[in-house]
Amino acid sequence: MTNQEKLTQAFCDALGIGPDQVKDDLQYNTIKEWDSTAHMVLISELENTFDVMLDTDDIIDMSSVAKAKEILAKYDVSF
Amino acid sequence: MTSQAYQDRYEQLLAQDMYSLNTAEKEGALLPVIQALHQHHKLHSPAYSRLVQHYRDQPDTIEDVPFLAVRLFKLFSLSSISDDDVFRVLQSSGTTSQTPAKVILDRITSARQSKALVKIMQNFIGKQRLPLLVIDAPSVLKNKALSARAAGIQGMAFFGRQTVYALNDDMTLNTDALNSFQKLYADQPVLVFGFTFMVWTCFLEALKAQKLSLSLPHGALIHSGGWKKLTDKQVDNPTFKREVTRLTGIPRVHNFYGMAEQVGTVFVECEQGHLHVPEMADILIRDPYSLAVCENKTQGLIQVISSIPTSYPGFSLLTEDVGRVLGQDDCSCGRSGKYFEVLGRLPKTEVRGCSDTQVSV
Repeated sequence: MTNQEKLTQAFCDALGIGPDQVKDDLQYNTIKEWDSTAHMVLISELENTFDVMLDTDDIIDMSSVAKAKEILAKYDVSF
Repeated sequence: MTSQAYQDRYEQLLAQDMYSLNTAEKEGALLPVIQALHQHHKLHSPAYSRLVQHYRDQPDTIEDVPFLAVRLFKLFSLSSISDDDVFRVLQSSGTTSQTPAKVILDRITSARQSKALVKIMQNFIGKQRLPLLVIDAPSVLKNKALSARAAGIQGMAFFGRQTVYALNDDMTLNTDALNSFQKLYADQPVLVFGFTFMVWTCFLEALKAQKLSLSLPHGALIHSGGWKKLTDKQVDNPTFKREVTRLTGIPRVHNFYGMAEQVGTVFVECEQGHLHVPEMADILIRDPYSLAVCENKTQGLIQVISSIPTSYPGFSLLTEDVGRVLGQDDCSCGRSGKYFEVLGRLPKTEVRGCSDTQVSV
């Protein structure tokens, strides 16, 4: 799986949404599936998938799918 | 609809370290943000605009900023956004009054609250996420109306990695959860969060009653929610801390002060036991009769000023809490800015009159 596919899968598993919904401009708190509780599930899903440790700044900044990629790039996960 | 001038200045403020400016520099950074908020709410909240109609156009100092009685949020639903933009309505727990306050939030105000809370807390507990023990029942988050309690837990959950709830849904100790938490994390830093009164009654007293104790020697406890009910039980902060350490082994305890009407704006207790004012907020103490600003060390009503809310006009509130400023820029913990203490609540005004022989229900 490419990193993009892994990312899409992580979003689908954590938020319970379809892969077609995982677009770069999908934003936190704009769909009911991505609320603050699901956000924490998503964070641990991303940590497990990409074997990284995200800190509190990362969690707060992760406001969209595009932002998630940007943050993961800091940890040498490239898209 | 939020003005760009406000947004830019707020971002600048938040980009700073929260406790590095001295009081004079801090006022310089905070005042333009508060002025922008004053204008914003005048424009978008008809109620606010009417309340301040006799006030001059712009406050020149932080002391000049008009303030609303916090009680207004219990009586009215004050909003500066259209109904379509309401993201959630926060309800204060209403522990000391029957009517909970209603705070109208849009997405951006809510996001600002979470960010500010994280930014402030990082200064005390670091950026890393830690195993988190919440002194509450998991069901607290299931209630549809967002309570201040749930909002606090959600905010602190950002610091958690593997969150464990210490209580069952009937508020008894979940001893299995506590045992496994301790087994897994006794040798590493952990975070424990709860509301002051619940930490005392549902956790510490419950441990004591069941002759249990924990060993979390690398833990830090963060708690909030007010001392009123504990003062009634004659439990003060030193007693509270002593019992925490005795029963759980946790050496670091930070209380914080904050209003449900200003979530995210928190005043955290430092290693010296002082509540510190972060750069994105301010505290003024006012004489309860004249409402003039008191000198340091003199007690009075606490006014809280927050740079966060654009969805409701609650950026400057006169609380019903009594406190005093202890000093500024010279706390030995090293943080700049004002530090203060909360001494209690204004005694409740009793409804009484010579013809009131029957207590109304």
